[in-house]
Amino acid sequence: MTTAEKLAGETRDAGEPNILLRLWRNKDTRSVILQILTVALLFAFLAYIVNNAILNLAALGKTFSFDFLDLPASYDINQTLISYTSQSTHFRAMLVGLLNTALVAFFGVITATILGFLLGIIRLSDNWIASRIVYCFIEIVRNVPVLLHILFIHGIIVHVLPSPKKALDLGDSIFLSNRGLTIPDPVFGDGFSYTVIAFFVAIGAVIYFRLWAKKVRESTGKIYPVFLISTGILIGLPLLVFVVTGSPLSWLVPELGRFNLKGGITMIPEFLALWLALSLYTSAFIAEIVRAGINAINKGQWEASQAVGMKRNRVLQLVIIPQALRIIIPPLTSQYLNLTKNSSLAIAIGYMDIVATIGGITMMQTGKEMETMILVMAIYLSFSLLISAFMNWYNKRMKLVER
Amino acid sequence: MSPSETTSVPGDGGYLPGTHPDLKPPSNVHGPVHWVKVNLFGSLTNTVLTLLVAYLLYTIIPQLADWMFFNAAFEGESRKACRAVAPDGACWAFIGNRLPLFIYGFYPEPERWRVDLSFLLLILALVPVLYDNMPHRGKALVYSCLYPLIAAFFLVGGIGLERVSTDQFGGLMLNVIIGVTGIAFSLPIGIVLALGRQSQLPIVRILCIGFIEFIRGVPLITLFFVAAVMLSYFVPPGTSFDLLVRILIMGTLFASGYMAEVIRGGLQAIPRGQYEAADAMGLTYWKSMRLIILPQAMKISIPGVVNTFIGLYKDTTLVIVIGRLDILGIGNSSLADTKWQGLSTEVYVFVAIFFFVSCFAMSRYSLWLEKKLHTGH
Repeated sequence: MTTAEKLAGETRDAGEPNILLRLWRNKDTRSVILQILTVALLFAFLAYIVNNAILNLAALGKTFSFDFLDLPASYDINQTLISYTSQSTHFRAMLVGLLNTALVAFFGVITATILGFLLGIIRLSDNWIASRIVYCFIEIVRNVPVLLHILFIHGIIVHVLPSPKKALDLGDSIFLSNRGLTIPDPVFGDGFSYTVIAFFVAIGAVIYFRLWAKKVRESTGKIYPVFLISTGILIGLPLLVFVVTGSPLSWLVPELGRFNLKGGITMIPEFLALWLALSLYTSAFIAEIVRAGINAINKGQWEASQAVGMKRNRVLQLVIIPQALRIIIPPLTSQYLNLTKNSSLAIAIGYMDIVATIGGITMMQTGKEMETMILVMAIYLSFSLLISAFMNWYNKRMKLVER
Repeated sequence: MSPSETTSVPGDGGYLPGTHPDLKPPSNVHGPVHWVKVNLFGSLTNTVLTLLVAYLLYTIIPQLADWMFFNAAFEGESRKACRAVAPDGACWAFIGNRLPLFIYGFYPEPERWRVDLSFLLLILALVPVLYDNMPHRGKALVYSCLYPLIAAFFLVGGIGLERVSTDQFGGLMLNVIIGVTGIAFSLPIGIVLALGRQSQLPIVRILCIGFIEFIRGVPLITLFFVAAVMLSYFVPPGTSFDLLVRILIMGTLFASGYMAEVIRGGLQAIPRGQYEAADAMGLTYWKSMRLIILPQAMKISIPGVVNTFIGLYKDTTLVIVIGRLDILGIGNSSLADTKWQGLSTEVYVFVAIFFFVSCFAMSRYSLWLEKKLHTGH
């Protein structure tokens, strides 16, 4: 505050008889008073509910501690990515649940993105009938609750699909039944690691090539077909190494036994239903985001690019997509977060994710409502705060500078 | 062109200058044929896409129509009876048989008129909110604001009406109660939170950010779990309050967090000049918000606000995880009835159609409102 402003404030306040009223009229002191009041109220409220909680816990003879995490969980989990038995601890059960959430979220994000972009692009196409059909599809999918999608798909898998004995045979190696989807199990032979190494080398080579091509383009104007060559390197190099080392990969194909399928990896119906439903539901939202993002680019950008003689592909690649992505990516990330949070609906069909393990069975068994709920919420919260922080950083970087 | 041609008299095929009638352009640049050519068979990819979609429609639509209407059974007392009439169609008799359950849940039968009355009053309360040209709108809005209290009185009972426990609420009624409460209360709370987030007072700002990020960071079902098992720890020992009220509080807070973010987007989209102009006019903070900033910000936020409403309305189905049976929950638990086993598709399709119709109507309304309020070019 400058001296002049202070003086002005003093002369104005001088006429007021009451000191409190004077403090209230002053903008700075008023804001301090308001904030002190807010904090005081908040602390009073917190003290009140914590006190209530302590009294209530004491009345029930419960304590607030996380010791139960070391006790044996004594329940089974139908899908475990790490070794787990019913003798494992509650903490281990929580980890299994966390991994199950991560698994369905990871696959869900990938399929939802692919499907969403595909739908969004068809929605924008010149083809009237295709665009209309996709519009209907999107409206139907996103106006129906996600829980309904999950229950519906789960119902179809469990009730409509045949038993494993009569499993649907998709191309002689993939089987679909009411016990889930069974796919061949890859068996990695000796020397497969070379292929993996070759893949990483190829990634490095592509990055180097792109930088080099950019330099050449900027200094000489010569344009290489970067995308084609990159794809070629990415697929070609690992493939070459794979063939040279003698194709060290075989598949353990599932076979129809008398009562059940033998061999292969089986995705349980709960996982399948959750995965499909979440991808379908989220893809409808992603499609709309993609469409809105591309539509938001001013037509003048197209015309200007064509006026300087750029080809359609170049326009898309260098002018339209970079600008559209700036609009698409923030809502896209929040859709990914939504998908992850929606995966908590797993509990409705018995997929053992983080909520169903620690927030469900563990809570029921140990009676530790507060501790388990705090854990579950803290896990989701830390995850989404991370993404949020990234988004804020991205928005700042991409923001158009106004003034 | 020779002069004799231009001045030739009508009769031998010519026209006097200026008397030539306007001919339609050739049929390949206008009309349906042209439209089909451009929009369906414009290029090779387009043609392939069109044929593919046409084939898909040809295979799916007749089958679906057969299942839903032509081969379906609309009357019958059990699944067996349905299947006898319609071996490969839907059994809608199931839905028809249980329609009261789907709408009222377990609300006692003689008292159901109260639910009907509340629905009717809700429609009356919505008119002044949705239709801004009606006469005496100000007075009607007072009624709309009082509606939640009136409905609560009719549904729960008290003074002269028999009391009905909220445990008996269910079906569609539960969805509407949670949805309408959330919608009505989350908008004002969301506005306050959004303003708080933009506030000059650091502590207020931090508190609002913390609250919004917390709400948006956790899934709704964990909040419902908190409502079901944890909230009772925070009230004085020996007291407890109704589970439905706890659900309503959590649903409202959840929607407010999202609402705040939507409105913040609107606030940020207002050019800085508007804030500065309001300050220059000497308006106080609240006056400048009420008269200048919020009216513009709300207009921009309409699509987001309605989307939040739709999201909340769809999310009301999640009460199923804490044992409350909404319309989806009723359908789901009806499947256990041995008389009607194996009709999950019918139930889910019915509930899906119900949600589609109501949510789609809401989104159409928002489009209409957006167009109506659009004052740009």
